[in-house]
Amino acid sequence: MRVLMFGWEFPPHIAGGLGTACYGLTRGLARNGVDVTFVVPKAYGDEDGRFARIVNASDVETRFTEDTYSQELQKRLSFIQIDSPLTPYITPEEYAEGETFHHTAHHTGRTLWQGRYAFAGAYGPNLMEEVARYAIIAGQLAGDLRDSFDVIHVHDWLTYYAGIAAKRASGKPLVVHIHATEFDRSGEHVNQTVYDIERAGMEAADCVIAVSNLTRRIVIERYGIAPEKVVTVHNAVRFASTPDEEVRRGLDDKIVTFLGRITYQKGPDYFVEAAAKVLARVPNVRFVMAGSGDMMPHVVRRVASLGIADRFHFTGFLRGADVNRMFALSDVYVMPSVSEPFGISPLEAMRANVPVIISKQSGVAEVLDYALKVDYWDVDALADDIHALISYPALAHLFARKGREEVTGLKWNDAAAKVKQVYERVIAEAGR
Amino acid sequence: MKTLSLFFEVHRPMLLRTYRFFDMGVDHNYLDDARNRTAMQRAAMNVYQPMNALLADLIRAHGNRFHVSFYLSGLAIEQMRSFAPDALQSFRDLAATGCVEFVAGTYSDSLASLAGEEPFRDEVARHTEIIRREFGQTPRTLYNTAMLYSDSIGAMAASMGYQTMLGEGARHLLGWKSPNYVYANPLNQKLRVLLRNYRLSDDIAFRFSDTRWSEWPLTAEKYLGWIQGDRGDTVNLCLDYDVFGSWQRADSGIFDFVRAFVDQAIGSGFTFVTPAESARAHQPIGILHAPHATSWADEERDTSAWLGNELQQEAFNKLYAQYEAVRQLDSPDLNHVWNFLQTADHFYWMGTKWFTEASRQNSNNPYGSSYDAFINYMNVLSDFINEIARRKAAATSR
Repeated sequence: MRVLMFGWEFPPHIAGGLGTACYGLTRGLARNGVDVTFVVPKAYGDEDGRFARIVNASDVETRFTEDTYSQELQKRLSFIQIDSPLTPYITPEEYAEGETFHHTAHHTGRTLWQGRYAFAGAYGPNLMEEVARYAIIAGQLAGDLRDSFDVIHVHDWLTYYAGIAAKRASGKPLVVHIHATEFDRSGEHVNQTVYDIERAGMEAADCVIAVSNLTRRIVIERYGIAPEKVVTVHNAVRFASTPDEEVRRGLDDKIVTFLGRITYQKGPDYFVEAAAKVLARVPNVRFVMAGSGDMMPHVVRRVASLGIADRFHFTGFLRGADVNRMFALSDVYVMPSVSEPFGISPLEAMRANVPVIISKQSGVAEVLDYALKVDYWDVDALADDIHALISYPALAHLFARKGREEVTGLKWNDAAAKVKQVYERVIAEAGR
Repeated sequence: MKTLSLFFEVHRPMLLRTYRFFDMGVDHNYLDDARNRTAMQRAAMNVYQPMNALLADLIRAHGNRFHVSFYLSGLAIEQMRSFAPDALQSFRDLAATGCVEFVAGTYSDSLASLAGEEPFRDEVARHTEIIRREFGQTPRTLYNTAMLYSDSIGAMAASMGYQTMLGEGARHLLGWKSPNYVYANPLNQKLRVLLRNYRLSDDIAFRFSDTRWSEWPLTAEKYLGWIQGDRGDTVNLCLDYDVFGSWQRADSGIFDFVRAFVDQAIGSGFTFVTPAESARAHQPIGILHAPHATSWADEERDTSAWLGNELQQEAFNKLYAQYEAVRQLDSPDLNHVWNFLQTADHFYWMGTKWFTEASRQNSNNPYGSSYDAFINYMNVLSDFINEIARRKAAATSR
């Protein structure tokens, strides 16, 4: 079984859950005997200006080479990088504002394959054109590689046109994977164009994979996709082979952590309001917001006006070892997401023995028993749960012990096995 | 002659309101009055009134051949007094017939027997006091919360002057033995132990209206046939009173079933007796060894439903650590809180045994999860402990 996958981000450049999920799933597929040709946009560090290139997985710089699966992974995985400024979390508005993209928008058409992909040579002036440009390349790529894959798998809306084009060019079945919908990103203020692309992708797909039942319902109800075409495959979590971080704590205070993009979707303002309620009554506690995002200025102002800035700290964006260090320092992890199709970071916190509070509006709530669950808007309940985890040790102990056990049971191999079943089904249906 | 014993447990926990940590030190009202009133009035209307009327009818029809017994928790009586006085009166009327035995138990339907002899004695003493006041009876039989029984609990009961105690006829307790005989306690052989026939009891309690049950529909004839086919001296049917009109709703035909069953049983020569009468009527056939506590809770029929995880143990230990202080202060409002915080249901709702079997959680569970139950309880308990400390400090400075 061979799959052409249009994905996002690979270590070490992982900025969020989508890249983590793609990586985990790809590894799981390799373990299940699926060959993956992994296509990613690459916006930086490509000085020689090559338009697209194929790299063997063994050539990719990765921090994970020590692990036991890497040989399997290397055998099963090949990479194609397409020169493009697309990043997984960009919005059309941000793209328009982002000067950085225009600065780098001068690439020549020298390519690996005798200029076959030598078109335009510049990044699109707006995100939609860039998405279209990416799709054209994807179509050519899929046509050329027609004989080396059986199914196409794409992740989130920026790659849906690529998926559709690849399907047209190759005639192979298309699987569309929903990690987040426009409703998750933007609430009710959906961008119609993005919605249309999402819907087109789902309609063109032979099967839609949703990361939770929550997301599956959105796909069926808001996009009008036939229920029998939509399958839920919950995400899992990877266990790093590195031992638990030993961190010296400079303070005796309990530390409550929010780690994620500081955007509407993640509910950072609810975390701030709950923090103020806790701090009004509990002395020895500090709150940490790790991450960056468009709501950051708003959140900083709110923290200042509540007069809690001496106990509420911002770390900026954390990656890699810093994330693990942050977890090691934390006594409570909070994910108050307004809308979270899945949400992998609580699993990473639990893996580090940190008790977690998650919103009921998150897909991950469907797979966890050893987690406190609150409505994201119920700031009183959130404050109460934070207080309970730092005041009643029996609860924190139970979560630390059982939580780790629970996440250990959520394996990418199992998730990938379900995805493989989806592949088998759509391939069989396409053959009929 | 084989006898039948019908025993009913009547209990309503006092539900706690959502009590946040920022209420601590500010507000000492812990109870959800509206919810408690609704629950009591609903039970009075659907269960207590119709079932008590039915039992009164049967007593009128069969006189001395139809005796039944009740445990009413102190908290249920208190709440009836506040919210459903007519229902309480109908229990008093049953007491006046002379055909109904009100047995002793714990005041709060608590786990005090697992906390130590002193808290247990206090709970039982408080309960017998309210039974005497409401129904003019001095109990001679003891029913411990959820049929909790062990050799040592039995011995405590005997030392308090009880002659008979009820227990669960759990398979891991009985082995090949039958629950349909009277047994004696090994530590004090004067104490008679009557065991609940859980199969026959649960046929009514859980399966009566279950259309997927192979024996559905259950008729009085069929049920009586099973009882006649069971060997032994006495069959003890012990049921939560909520079975009649709530777990099994009126439209399931449960009331008609009870009437038909009692009529036909008496018609074919059975006598319905109270536990005390049963213990007098039959010789014990042997000594029953119960080194570990058994109960009617869940499949395990032990104490794991209330003390199975560390949350439950923590809450339980923190509560009973206050026993001495509460007793010494002996203030009416602290005693009131002490009573309702002891109720076993609070601990039951903190259970984590069945994350996936939500249906087994009983329907009056006010919490969304075990953790919510623990957190809310601990918030209330923490404030209660602070208040005890404050009163103690005030008492010593005086």
